[in-house]
Amino acid sequence: MHRSLNWRETILTAVIKTCGYSAIVFVILIFFFLLREGLPALAEVKLSDLLTTRWYPIENHFGILPLLTGSLIVTLGAMLIAIPFGIGTAVFLSEIAPRWMREILKPLVELLGGLPSVVLGFLGILLLSPFLRVFLDLPTGLTALAGALLLGAIAVPTTVSIAEDALDAVPKSYREGALALGATKWQTIWRVTLPAARSGVLTALMLGIGRTIGETMAVMMVTGNAPVMAVKITSIFSPVRTMTATIAAEMGEVANGSTHYHVLFFIGLVLFVISLAVNIAASSVVFKSKKRAERVLS
Amino acid sequence: MVDKIIIENLNLQYADGTESLRDINLHIPANAVTVLFGPAGGGKSSLLRCLNRLNDLTEVKVVSGRILLDGVNILDPKTDVIALRRRVGMVFARPVVLPMSIRQNLTYGLELAGEKRKSRLDDALERGLKLAALWDEVRDRLDDPAIALSGGQQQRLCLARVLANQPEVILLDEPTSGLDPISTGKVETALQELKKDYTIILVPHSVQQAARTADYAAFFLQGELVEAADGKQLFTHPKQKRTEDYVEGRFG
Amino acid sequence: MKRRYSVDRFLVQRLGVSLITLVAFLTVIPIIGVFGYIIAKGVPALSWEFLTAMPSNGMRAGGILPAIVGTFYLTLGTAIFSVPLGIAAAIYLAEYAKENGLTRLIRISIINLAGIPSVVYGLFGLGLFVLFLKFGTSILAASLTLSIMTLPVIISAAEEALRAVPQSFRTVSISLGGTRWQTIRKIVLPQALPGIITGVILGLERAAGETAPILFTGAAFFLPRLPGSPLDATMALPYHLFVISTQVPEMPIQIQYGTALVLILFVLGMNLVATVIRSRARAKRQW
Repeated sequence: MHRSLNWRETILTAVIKTCGYSAIVFVILIFFFLLREGLPALAEVKLSDLLTTRWYPIENHFGILPLLTGSLIVTLGAMLIAIPFGIGTAVFLSEIAPRWMREILKPLVELLGGLPSVVLGFLGILLLSPFLRVFLDLPTGLTALAGALLLGAIAVPTTVSIAEDALDAVPKSYREGALALGATKWQTIWRVTLPAARSGVLTALMLGIGRTIGETMAVMMVTGNAPVMAVKITSIFSPVRTMTATIAAEMGEVANGSTHYHVLFFIGLVLFVISLAVNIAASSVVFKSKKRAERVLS
Repeated sequence: MVDKIIIENLNLQYADGTESLRDINLHIPANAVTVLFGPAGGGKSSLLRCLNRLNDLTEVKVVSGRILLDGVNILDPKTDVIALRRRVGMVFARPVVLPMSIRQNLTYGLELAGEKRKSRLDDALERGLKLAALWDEVRDRLDDPAIALSGGQQQRLCLARVLANQPEVILLDEPTSGLDPISTGKVETALQELKKDYTIILVPHSVQQAARTADYAAFFLQGELVEAADGKQLFTHPKQKRTEDYVEGRFG
Repeated sequence: MKRRYSVDRFLVQRLGVSLITLVAFLTVIPIIGVFGYIIAKGVPALSWEFLTAMPSNGMRAGGILPAIVGTFYLTLGTAIFSVPLGIAAAIYLAEYAKENGLTRLIRISIINLAGIPSVVYGLFGLGLFVLFLKFGTSILAASLTLSIMTLPVIISAAEEALRAVPQSFRTVSISLGGTRWQTIRKIVLPQALPGIITGVILGLERAAGETAPILFTGAAFFLPRLPGSPLDATMALPYHLFVISTQVPEMPIQIQYGTALVLILFVLGMNLVATVIRSRARAKRQW
């Protein structure tokens, strides 16, 4: 009885071990395939040509700078929304709202996090951009601003969830100590609780940024898809094109193995590297939370 | 008296290299209660965990020495540790009932070994409960969750669980430290009955408990075995000054 | 003078708290608004025919059955690949792995997998499954792509659920003569199961709503028939919503809202199931 148990267990252990290493394998695999299909772009298009400001593949212009600035301006705009609203709501839920309100509102915010981005994009087309067009008197509502607003909405649940956990994890004694010294609730929040939760809040923001950079569908649907350089402040009111939207929009129409095809993979490679960098930065700001799974989930 | 376990020149070390136990030589008689006592940090729990190779799970490593169970060295890498752990059972300081019914807790050990026959399982279960003086209290609710029992009952359940596994040696690491005096008394009484058929090794949570229960006693101080002798003798006429000081309560 | 100071502080306090409360409600009210609006606009479109008929008239009429069926197949396919692999990997991390460099590498890889943009997964799926392994644009390729994307979510949730099981149970099991796998199989896994299932459902819910990974790997614009094999391409709810709201001219608005509502209900339904499992398990816990 015992011997057969040993033998079966050894095989099972080996299988489990292999599955454990699978994550490493997949990351390497993804990187490899992106390289395989993306590096030929560097052979077919000079790097200096890639770094120009004209993206017009039909006439062989593969300047990716407008796409980079498009992603950048939308991400920046999204963070400008997500930071105050995300952290503000987290502070409200953790420090100000009564218990019963928190029990209702927190799941509600997480519900937003579960909403498919294509639905938000859908509402963006139907409601948000016409509203922006009328309200701000623009030629079109499909702008970087619309994208930033939607992305902000997408990043907020992640930010709220993790920041709220971080604030919740601050020991009660910190707050009580401050209040005992005569601080108001407001002062306690700003000078004691938030600084104490600093690493968790930073993690929340970084993961929000990560989510924003990688978003595809919502931006594709509302940013107007015009690959123009977005470098002025007023660019936020014009249509732009993000890297992610470019890949999604054009991949279906390229011929396998063409230069355009390789350049799109190259852009994918750039996105992969950016997300790698953001993730490594986020994990060096270590936040050990018991809700680690939810962090990854959102 | 026949020796059930002989510990020869045992040296234990923590993961960072600091010594846990130094040069331990000890004979543990069969069918008696042997008490390992002394102040905290003396290495008693570490020693206990070597006797059922539970130290394999911890950071404590055996540097040198042998532990002979019925003449066979259990520290040998080729040892069947699964079988060893069935022969040498352990009751821990906090009662740990498995998240199952009382019945399932008791039959867990046998099921691990592959025993499926209901009659065998029921017999072992009943025998274990009776030996742990718990049978009358739970016989009508064997299928209730074990977590519903009181602290004292849970600890006796843990003892019954070990007994249902049909061991030869029972290790107890401060088994009554969280229990009220009545429950403690029940456990100590049970041990006196059990020693007729089993070898008992106990780490007590107080010197008084040691003195009450010991047939044979060993005093540990900072990783060293200071003195080991017949129970009555060690507590009334210890040979070493350090033993006498500890027993008299001059330090602790 | 002291009095003036405390009045100032409390004014700041009141303003600050009001501001934060305002911010919070500005966040929450749109959420309720979004859901309410879609429900209000989408419910009129829901009918038995809508849910069970094939699209007609260039998808401007009829039902969305193939999209619903397609999303169901894709979710199932994702589950088949990612759940066993994810749980096994989690068991490795929680029960077997030592805290060394290799384990840290695994964890960094998991975090990275979680952060990769969904459209990059689409590219990867295209490169590996559609082209290199020649599965073509298929449910198989799309499911495999979605499973790798869902893997980090499942591993994280499952590992956490496994770690939540008290260590003392394992020690007791080993001390009674159990092997490591017996301990996992008989105690740890059953106790962690509700948490694992919750995590799995939430991960699959994410996969069901994703569009970018299936764009080049399995999604089809329109299919006259339901998919017959894993090597067929398929329609899917998120992609369908994208298509009918951006690519098809003169698409009745009601069908768009109806599709959005069905998608939300699918996703929220899963969320609800996960939440119910989680709270029931918490109540029944014996530790």
